[in-house]
Amino acid sequence: MGSGWETVIGLETHVQLRTKSKMFCGCSTAFGAPPNTQVCPVCLGLPGALPQPNGAAIKLAVRAALALGCTVHPKSIFARKNYFYPDLPKGYQISQHEQPLATSGSLSFIAPERAAVTAGIIRLHVEEDAGKSIHDRFPKATAVDLNRSGVPLIEIVSAPDLRSPAEARAYLLTLKQLLEYLGISDCDMEKGSLRVDANVSIRRAGATELNTRTEVKNINSFAFVEKALTVERDRQIALVESGGSVTQQTMLYDSKENNVRPQRAKEESHDYRYFPEPDLPPLVLTPEFVAEQQSDLPELPSAKRDRFAAQYALSREHAAVLTASRTVAEYYENVVHAGAEPQAAANWVMTEALADAKDHQEELRVPAVALAQIVALVKGGTLSHQAAKRVFGEVASKGGDPRTVAEALGLVQVADANVLAGWVSDVLGAHASEVGRYKNGETKLMSFFLGQVMRASKGKADPKLAQRVLEEKLAS
Amino acid sequence: MSDAKAVADRLMKVKRLNALLTPPKDLRKSLSVQAAAARPTGVLYGMPVAVKDNICTLEFTTSCGSRILEGYRSPYDATAIAKLKAAGALIAGKTNCDEFAMGSSTEHSAYGRVIHPLDKTRVPGGSSGGSAALVGAGVVPAALGSETGGSVRQPASFCGVVGIKPTYGRVSRYGLVAFGSSLDQIGVLGRSVHDAARVLSVISGRDSRDATCEDRDPLRLPTVPESLQGFVVGLPREYFPPELDPAVRRACERAVRLMKEQGAAVREVSLPHTAYAVPTYYVIAPAEASSNLARYDGVRYGPRFDGAADLRTLYRTTRGQGFGPEVRRRILVGTYVLSAGYYDAYYRRAQQMRALIAQDFRNVFDRGVDLLFTPTTPTPAFKAGEKLGDPIAMYLSDIFTVTANLAGLPAMSIPIGQVKGLPIGGQLIGQAFLEDEMIEAAYALERVVPATDEA
Repeated sequence: MGSGWETVIGLETHVQLRTKSKMFCGCSTAFGAPPNTQVCPVCLGLPGALPQPNGAAIKLAVRAALALGCTVHPKSIFARKNYFYPDLPKGYQISQHEQPLATSGSLSFIAPERAAVTAGIIRLHVEEDAGKSIHDRFPKATAVDLNRSGVPLIEIVSAPDLRSPAEARAYLLTLKQLLEYLGISDCDMEKGSLRVDANVSIRRAGATELNTRTEVKNINSFAFVEKALTVERDRQIALVESGGSVTQQTMLYDSKENNVRPQRAKEESHDYRYFPEPDLPPLVLTPEFVAEQQSDLPELPSAKRDRFAAQYALSREHAAVLTASRTVAEYYENVVHAGAEPQAAANWVMTEALADAKDHQEELRVPAVALAQIVALVKGGTLSHQAAKRVFGEVASKGGDPRTVAEALGLVQVADANVLAGWVSDVLGAHASEVGRYKNGETKLMSFFLGQVMRASKGKADPKLAQRVLEEKLAS
Repeated sequence: MSDAKAVADRLMKVKRLNALLTPPKDLRKSLSVQAAAARPTGVLYGMPVAVKDNICTLEFTTSCGSRILEGYRSPYDATAIAKLKAAGALIAGKTNCDEFAMGSSTEHSAYGRVIHPLDKTRVPGGSSGGSAALVGAGVVPAALGSETGGSVRQPASFCGVVGIKPTYGRVSRYGLVAFGSSLDQIGVLGRSVHDAARVLSVISGRDSRDATCEDRDPLRLPTVPESLQGFVVGLPREYFPPELDPAVRRACERAVRLMKEQGAAVREVSLPHTAYAVPTYYVIAPAEASSNLARYDGVRYGPRFDGAADLRTLYRTTRGQGFGPEVRRRILVGTYVLSAGYYDAYYRRAQQMRALIAQDFRNVFDRGVDLLFTPTTPTPAFKAGEKLGDPIAMYLSDIFTVTANLAGLPAMSIPIGQVKGLPIGGQLIGQAFLEDEMIEAAYALERVVPATDEA
């Protein structure tokens, strides 16, 4: 594979809005219900039924647009996108075409190869989802489930500003984080609440023109984004290097084979015959409504990351980990607010808390206040770090007050000099030859003695105090 | 209140008109059930109202005069139907119509043509021909129709009854099977201005299920005015062309004289873009229809014309066999005018022309004219088969009515005379949401026009 090529990628991302009801009717959007149980005349496209716009969906779409720095238009127009398919009950999808909800925004993110990148957002519009065609359920027949028909979506179209498959992935992860933060979407690719199509072309490094692109579809998981785009990029490079040229077409990604194949010509080249949706008046948003959405926006991930780094004196990497999700960020701040020292709290959240959550459906099982107490117990010398980890695990699985748990487990450090002196005497008595070597100048044996004291105390000895007692005894 | 059985008997007696699609047995049974359940306090208590077959009802089938919806039962009532029922009215069967309301003669029904109640060789007009024929034959006092380009007023004119098309947004379209969504309105055909107006009043008003329905109270019924003193009636010269049928012209002239005698001031006005209305209509309506009718694909409801090896064949055979020639023609035209490369030349230009046509009306109304008076149709009812082979001639029978749909204005037809036993209709066009003024003028005219005399 030749070098000297640059990849140009633009992403079209469809995101399911987190509303209770559908875009144009009152049916539930809950995932996983039995087929065709969340339907009504409107989303079934029955004769005579008409769409009623869902205000909650509009609100979420406007928030997404504002978070992406888009211009939200005071007037946008719904349009019909016409095509025939069995899971499209009206024979058209209500979308937006000539006058979308919002245009010209941007999304900044950290790209693996280029550090900070800002990708343009060309447009963001509202539309309804189609139903689902199920091809593998019944032999020789296709089943149609219309539960998803009419679920609200936004489509976010990026400019062709992404320069590698890894960059496309980073863009997508940042977008996902933003939308999850705002409570706009679950962004679960496996459930289809986030779907992405990519426009891919290649050009000689340093060139500025845009060459013929292909559209890559059927990328069903975050794990496949980079793979699918790499496969397509490599295909284009190989094609051009062997004297061929790229034709504009849709490529379907096959994750099992990790390859792409062109969609059959029959399936594409739709003329969607867009025209303004006569069943819906223009969507008019007052400046007051838009301003209200703007002021209701929570702190965005990038701002939160910067603030964490500054306010809690954390490294950028730590701040990024702690702000990766809104839940974790809130948890961390609660731990700090409950009195934990910020860096120690960060270490605990990033290691113990996140590891535990990963094994338990992302649940942060130790309450923030309890974690703050554990941090304090370590700091105050009541618990060793090892003992504290055990307490954490115990509180996570069984709950309870950390100090009580530590006491019950007999993990509270012994800082009583008399008790320590007993363990020290035992250890020194049992290792007379080491004592001799120590006294002859082999002072590095101190850690050996300390380890023995800890073992004798079953980890309960306060290590600092134990060392002091050891030093005293060995000096005498 | 009418006795349910008597209504059913009357409906059966005019079976020869082919105006009703509901089987007699179903109708009898349903009417007695409905009569027992009707609200005695409703303002239309016991009033039988026949309903065009493109308006969804829980009772009976809703086939839109089409094979493709043969036997289709709606799982819900249109908002207009729910309001009728709440007012105590009885749904007196579904009336025959041009397939999906596309036609001006009710010859384009998959269930056979409707016969004119006064002359079996003639058409009742369309597309609400079944509703007009039943009211014209005196079987029901009122019936619901629908309009996209004149489908209530034109058959009302042909059958000698009153037909009102309200302002776009006055009556909810929820449950009206869509043809041209930006033009469609449910309208009422009535034996008298009063019968039509009181039904309209009941079905009008806000409905959250239709985003294009205005947030307004139901229409208040006006009282019969003492005179037409203070009314300024405009006569648009484009609606009285030299080739206008002489009998129609004479009937209009007499009606104008009668309005003047009642105190109305009459003025000649001009609506300069009138000539473009029919071509504009025949771009916009088919464009919307091509999209609205996409859902009839044999996948979820309606008959599926089988033997399909694949999806495309299923679509092609179902739609090819399920739709009649006029519907197919309009779907093709509509698909064409929306296609990439043609959209600007046709659909966008038609929308621009539509705006000019609406502006014509505003200009006239802004200059102190309250109402316009015109003939409803260029001729009385024509012969069956006369225009079937010539779609353009058929389309031109809506030449005086399509403008009100394009401009979204209220308009109505009332009988203003007869020629050789065939009724002639006069049209009043009102200002948006001022149906009450238009109905007042109609009351005054109705009171003095001898509808049965030769003009």
